[in-house]
Amino acid sequence: MNIRERIKERLGDKILDWKEMSARKIYFSINKANIFGATRILFRELGLRFSTASGSDTPQGLEIVYHFVYDPAGEVYSLKVMIEDKKHPEIDSVTPIFAGAEWIEREIWEMLGINFKGHPNLKRLLLAEDWPQGEYPLRHEHES
Amino acid sequence: MSHKIIVPIGPYHPLQEEPEFFQLYVDGEKVVDIDIIIGYNHRGIEKLAESKHFDQVPFLVERICGICSSSHPYAYVLSVEDILGGESKVVPERALYIRTIIDELQRIHSHLLWLGLAGHFIGYNTVWMWAWKYREPVLDMFEMITGNRQNYAMFKIGGVRRDIKDEDIPILKKTLDELVPAIDMFMGAIKDDPVIKGRLKGVGRLTKQQAIDWCVVGPTARASGVDIDIRRDEPYGAVCKLDWNVIIEKEGDIFAKTMIRILELYESVRMIRQCLDKIPKGEIDSNVKDIPAGEGIGRVEAPRGECIHYVKSDGTNRPQRLKIRAPSFTNVASNKVGAVGGTISDAAITLAAVDPCYCCTERLAVIDKTTNKKIMNGWDLVRLCQEKTVKIKEGRI
Amino acid sequence: MSIKTKALTKSIWVFHVSCGSCNNCDIEILDCFTPRHDIERFGVQLIGSVRHADAILITGAMNRKSVPRMKKIYEQAPKPCVVVAVGQCALSRHMFRYSYNVREPLDEILPVDLYIPGCPPKPEAIISGIAKLIEKLNKGK
Repeated sequence: MNIRERIKERLGDKILDWKEMSARKIYFSINKANIFGATRILFRELGLRFSTASGSDTPQGLEIVYHFVYDPAGEVYSLKVMIEDKKHPEIDSVTPIFAGAEWIEREIWEMLGINFKGHPNLKRLLLAEDWPQGEYPLRHEHES
Repeated sequence: MSHKIIVPIGPYHPLQEEPEFFQLYVDGEKVVDIDIIIGYNHRGIEKLAESKHFDQVPFLVERICGICSSSHPYAYVLSVEDILGGESKVVPERALYIRTIIDELQRIHSHLLWLGLAGHFIGYNTVWMWAWKYREPVLDMFEMITGNRQNYAMFKIGGVRRDIKDEDIPILKKTLDELVPAIDMFMGAIKDDPVIKGRLKGVGRLTKQQAIDWCVVGPTARASGVDIDIRRDEPYGAVCKLDWNVIIEKEGDIFAKTMIRILELYESVRMIRQCLDKIPKGEIDSNVKDIPAGEGIGRVEAPRGECIHYVKSDGTNRPQRLKIRAPSFTNVASNKVGAVGGTISDAAITLAAVDPCYCCTERLAVIDKTTNKKIMNGWDLVRLCQEKTVKIKEGRI
Repeated sequence: MSIKTKALTKSIWVFHVSCGSCNNCDIEILDCFTPRHDIERFGVQLIGSVRHADAILITGAMNRKSVPRMKKIYEQAPKPCVVVAVGQCALSRHMFRYSYNVREPLDEILPVDLYIPGCPPKPEAIISGIAKLIEKLNKGK
């Protein structure tokens, strides 16, 4: 069974939709409540490498795309979650699974205001100490 | 010791161009923990990119980092070409070869730059001077092809901006030939000098499991036995048409990282020679006009590791969202385990060994936590690092 | 011209500060000290502490977090101290001027004595700039 089939099998009905945009770029969405379990399966069980996570402000809500890479085939599996509540956005942190997620979650927190529950060290990474609280540069309402 | 001493490594060291702040918690001579504070270089490029046209963005992302100045625009144009169906469908063949030549030349100049810095940190200023002296012909090659020593402005969506003239190719080959004896010299210096070995072997070790958990990339990962190289895993440019090797080491220490970088220099020279021999005639640009709605990911193997760009397009002429992750973002974070357990005198070289794209390196400083008085500064810490080399040379360690 | 300024022009010791730069200008500054250009033969030296500096070379787009630290460094420099803005970002913030994390340009924060444009300025341009600076100081302006 190749990695694509294994991902589909292990994640099963957690996958809400699955799009193969090209031979090596696959995008699929899951419910944000399942992020911890899905990440553990992808990282620990199936051995994918976590590359980065992109947070963006969309009309439907705040979207985070977690990019996992399967190096032997050079394929990128991008896992999308949508957080509809823009006033108090929250999601489980995946840093307890692997330390490499620590910095990117801090960056998404300070840029978009998403709270990562269970993050061991959620404090400012890039913005200055005197940057006003509650202002999130990557949100569309923030004018630079 | 009853109180913890914090050693801040931060901003403006003469050789560390970018500011990053490492707070090392020390107990006597040993580093027990490290806190990394960055942000001194954050210029809001991702947000700025949303206000630029697609073809203005390469100029913006080129200036994320000066050393890997071609990796970021390359990853960006690959991400947009991903929306269009992939680089090989959109870009003419001659442009693929030119892209690879620029990419590999950049790798050579970056590794030589790092070699110089590493030499300085352990006290071998001669290595610094010679490495940067041999970097100059590489920059001359860049100037010949692109018009500038850094910031090449070569990449555009659908091709490259400038062509390599046929009459320049013999000169480029000759310069490459003159570079190889210099690389031999560095290889000899690193391999044969017992003091350098004593200084770098076993220092700053990152195990394979730590490398996987911290998701490190590039030579930092390959030094710990993690076999990743984007050029082989997801080939781009003309790389799949060339004969070259991925260099892997197992030890995970600074010596392994140094060896990888020097061996990669040889591989890059080989690849550029092959490109110059095989480059076909033809167009260099396919004149892409519109970017349809969609999303794309572009990845390149920068000198420091995987550089990934993710772009979302809504069909207008500006990117809706551009996410940039430079390789040093993951590699620098791994210093949390790499530097811990070592001594203060090894701290400077360990933190430099991941080759942080110094868009954020702060200096080192030592502060006594109980009194909050600075007892050492970054210059002192590099001096400590260099003194350890002297002690090893004199047999006192 | 005061003796302090006269002494300064004989052998300028420079301290380099990066205030949110991409590093290109910083590397070109360092390149001036390497064998091809070798600015040290003119007595110019790159030193580790601002307290010994005659000139501060500032690069970068004036990132919000770095500016207070840059000001502190300027205060620590013994006067007279010449401020040199190296690179387009230090001159005018270049393409980052509309960023949320970049504020005023350098010359609204510190008094700048010399501007060296370029992205990055070549080592020849930096050396030429330093030569012009020495000429300017010698003329007592």
